[in-house]
Amino acid sequence: MINPTVVDLSRLQFALTALYHFLFVPLTLGMTFILAAMETVYVITGKQIYKDMTQFWGKLFGINFAIGVATGLTMEFEFGTNWSMYSHFVGDVFGTPLAIEGLMAFFMESTFVGLMFFGWGRLSRGAHLAVTFLVALGSNLSALWILIANGFMQDPVGASFDPKTMRMQFRSFGALVFSPDAQAKFVHTTLAGFVTGAMFVMGVSAYYLLRKQHREFAARSFRMAALFGIISSLAVVTLGDALGRLDFLVQPTKLAAMEGIWHTSKPPYAPWKIFAIPDDKTQKDLFNVSIPYVLTPLVAHDFTSPIPGVDALEHSARAKVIKGIKAVVALKAYGATRNPAALAAFRANESDMGYGFLAQRYAPDQDLSKITVQNLPSIVQKAARDTIPNVFVEFWSFRLMVLLGFVFVVVFAFCAYYSLRNELEKHPLLLKAAAWAIPLPVLACEFGWITAENGRQPWTVFGWLPTFQSASSHDVGYMVFSLVGFAFLYSLFIAAELYLMFKFARLGPVQHITPTSHAPAFVQPVFGQPGFTDKSWANKSWQ
Amino acid sequence: MELYVALKVTWALLLGILLTGIAIMVGMDMGVGTLLRFVGRSDGERRTALAIIGPHWDGNQVWFILGGGTIFAAFPTLYATSFSTFYIVMILLLFSMIMRPVAFEYRSKVDASRWREAWDWAFLISGALPMTIYGAAFGNVLQGVGFHFGWDGQYYQNESFIWYLANPFALMCGILSLSLAIYQGGAMLMIRGEGVIAERARRYAICSGAVAAILFVAGGIWVQFIKGFMFAQPADPGMAATPLNGPLVLMRTGAWMNNFHIYPLLWLLPALGLVSMITGSLSLIARKPILGWWLGATAWIGTIFTAGGAMFPFLMPSSTAPSESLTVWNASGSEYNLGWMLVFAVAFIPAILSYTTWAFRVMRGKVHTEIVIADEHSY
Ligand code: HDD
Ligand code: HEM
Ligand code: HEM
Repeated sequence: MINPTVVDLSRLQFALTALYHFLFVPLTLGMTFILAAMETVYVITGKQIYKDMTQFWGKLFGINFAIGVATGLTMEFEFGTNWSMYSHFVGDVFGTPLAIEGLMAFFMESTFVGLMFFGWGRLSRGAHLAVTFLVALGSNLSALWILIANGFMQDPVGASFDPKTMRMQFRSFGALVFSPDAQAKFVHTTLAGFVTGAMFVMGVSAYYLLRKQHREFAARSFRMAALFGIISSLAVVTLGDALGRLDFLVQPTKLAAMEGIWHTSKPPYAPWKIFAIPDDKTQKDLFNVSIPYVLTPLVAHDFTSPIPGVDALEHSARAKVIKGIKAVVALKAYGATRNPAALAAFRANESDMGYGFLAQRYAPDQDLSKITVQNLPSIVQKAARDTIPNVFVEFWSFRLMVLLGFVFVVVFAFCAYYSLRNELEKHPLLLKAAAWAIPLPVLACEFGWITAENGRQPWTVFGWLPTFQSASSHDVGYMVFSLVGFAFLYSLFIAAELYLMFKFARLGPVQHITPTSHAPAFVQPVFGQPGFTDKSWANKSWQ
Repeated sequence: MELYVALKVTWALLLGILLTGIAIMVGMDMGVGTLLRFVGRSDGERRTALAIIGPHWDGNQVWFILGGGTIFAAFPTLYATSFSTFYIVMILLLFSMIMRPVAFEYRSKVDASRWREAWDWAFLISGALPMTIYGAAFGNVLQGVGFHFGWDGQYYQNESFIWYLANPFALMCGILSLSLAIYQGGAMLMIRGEGVIAERARRYAICSGAVAAILFVAGGIWVQFIKGFMFAQPADPGMAATPLNGPLVLMRTGAWMNNFHIYPLLWLLPALGLVSMITGSLSLIARKPILGWWLGATAWIGTIFTAGGAMFPFLMPSSTAPSESLTVWNASGSEYNLGWMLVFAVAFIPAILSYTTWAFRVMRGKVHTEIVIADEHSY
């Protein structure tokens, strides 16, 4: 028997640890490329200030990077520790991109990041630049492979279910890697990372400009970041549109929830809701403001495609649940007896197997063979209802991400414009806005993931394996133990991170007195650290 | 041999290589972490010890991540079952491991002795605990773990987690693993450290090598008396990858010695382990740390492959439902998947080894305490 509390706690733990990991990932994705760009300018022009820029922003990058690595370790373990049925069911397909991520991306990124921090005095300029680029390449390749893995959960292509081994088996490498969902996600996500990095550099520079500190340094950093930002924020919006269209094609339930469409309407009437308070219980809006005839061209890119609403989707799910129940009952019989007749019965309804699993939790004793004619309708009804994700959460997380996306375009546009005209200091309000906007891209990313992952519910593998079925068969006590531990450690980490970030950002870069660019870094500290001048303390024995 | 079987065997071998890679590289860093408070009595000395592995720990740690990814992809049911049945132990391992990256990056960024002392404790825990658990996992698996499967391939646990932590044989394996890690870390501290740091590290490493040798012999004797696992009849290596409906498996005292009886050449593996541990300590006594480091690596190869050689083809036997034991034959990925993974492994492992070597070459040489103290970038 699957314990629903364990499933809920596993979901909570996964959601919290993943959202936490993704507080740090976007900045890593963006900053590595910004650092590479700054260092390129340094190598080409030979101007010391660009080296200072690379090193200073590199230090802030390092503070963020450490927690990205630590929390990534959690993610790698969690599929096995908490989602055993999931790992057994799709490990043959899903584990592969994860393993390749390690081979191809993490090794490269992590090996070269050490040289990037410590190799300044030991590598030629060109070699160091190459190292920085390899770090950037590595971090973005890691995003590629993890998103290929996630793309498989959203749109399981390249694999099929094998009744002999009771799991999905890998069939096509090409289909997995070139899954449109994975590719669009990859570009959208890395661009979101660039936006995050650009906003960070721009915001911190704006803070210096406001306080008239490090002006030359800040103005140059600001300009590079603003240009980087305007391009990537425009691209993020474009790719976001592509993702929305893909959801329309492969995950209609997610799209209906994102746009809050309760009822199917005759095309191209479908209204686009600007504001609504969706109520999942009654499947109605408590209140809404909408513009008709906008949604059809917006998501379908034509005027004739109907956009299915929650009502139609639930209705079509019922037939699938009934077939799915037959498939799972036959599969279980086949597993026990290896009887060809059972296999044939399974094959007849195979494509709806996942919907049978979905009904399992409502069957007496969670056993589908105990379903009778009397209880069938209510079980089918409940399982079909489950196929619709939480509309309120989906609608609002999506709205907020999109809103923030347009805010970024505007902010970057103004910032780039005034930066190019060297008029930034005349616009303190803009500078203030830029500084306050630092955390917003991270927020947008979190909303994006909530859209993606909440919208995938009730499935871990869309259409094949329900979340309810995926978790490990733990005791509740196990989950409490790990949740408490994570809450404790992760709170300490974020406190330490923010403290150091603020400390080093406030401290700022320290200008060079003798700009000898070839002096090894360890002989010539670039950033003074007040309070660390008393060297005798450092040698004092503590024992 | 059929292609699928060849792939299964290749991946079992690669799994062994990866586990050895983890032990050598991550174990070395964790050994340094464990020793940190003992070889470094002042802040400057501790920073020097950290600077010795500073540029490499993150790259080394990827061996560990790759180990997880490889088990996931090449032996999915093993990944699902082992990580879940060992949940509490795994979570403890994880909690200790995630402190390490943060400790490296944050420790020396604040100039207060209490802050740094706290992170130094984190290094001790995140070094000693994971390496003990690493060895203890081998010990537990050698004795069989209590689990069985439902019809759909979901595992069910039949044992309390307390047993995994308090099992004497497993604890002995854990201490063996910790000793080898301390040995490896100590050898590295001797290679790149100087003066008191190298001297103190030398003492700890020599003792650890000796302890490891004693425990390794003791473990070898102990294994004669525990129940090993064996197929009742020869099993079909090409069987479908499912733990259900498998051939009959028996539990017999001393069964882990069967492979050694059939293939006497396997005795070379424990011999390699034991000889490496002894000559390793001797070479450190003779102040030849580079040789000692490599002997530490061969000691790991000998140890891990001895365990693997004894168990093959078993990966994680079940003590409560022996016929549902996970083996190389029934827990692996599909033929198609193993094939593609092999393509990537062949393409990337040589590249990884060469740029890792290059990174160590770039950063080679002694680390001087005065320079570390003067350098604000340094850990
Ligand atoms: C700076 C961050 C950021 C910004 C400004 C936007 N997004 Fe986004 N979005 C993400 C960051 C993000 C993300 C964190 O990267 C997600 C989560 C999952 C993913 O693939 O990317 C995401 C997911 C995501 C999804 C769900 C994908 C799925 O179903 O799996 C859609 C439909 C959009 N986005 C659409 C948009 C649109 C139309 C935007 C227009 C303004 C937009 N996003 C701006
Ligand atoms: C780092 C960015 C990510 C964030 C912030 C994120 C967020 C979330 C959230 C909020 C949930 C809970 C959904 C719910 O239960 O309602 C979830 C579930 C899950 N996500 Fe993600 N996700 C991320 C990336 C990924 C990736 C890349 C994968 C796979 C490669 C993945 C796999 C899963 C799994 C297995 C679950 C658990 C089952 C479930 O609840 O559906 N996630 N994630
Ligand atoms: C939920 C699934 C995820 C897993 C299993 C996972 C795994 C990991 C691991 C193991 C690390 C540490 C790497 C190291 O030590 O060097 C890490 C860090 C990182 N991850 Fe994640 N991650 C997940 C989600 C994501 C997503 C969605 C992205 C990108 C879009 C991402 C990108 C990164 C990046 C850029 C780092 C920075 C640190 C590094 O690579 O070393 N991760 N992740």
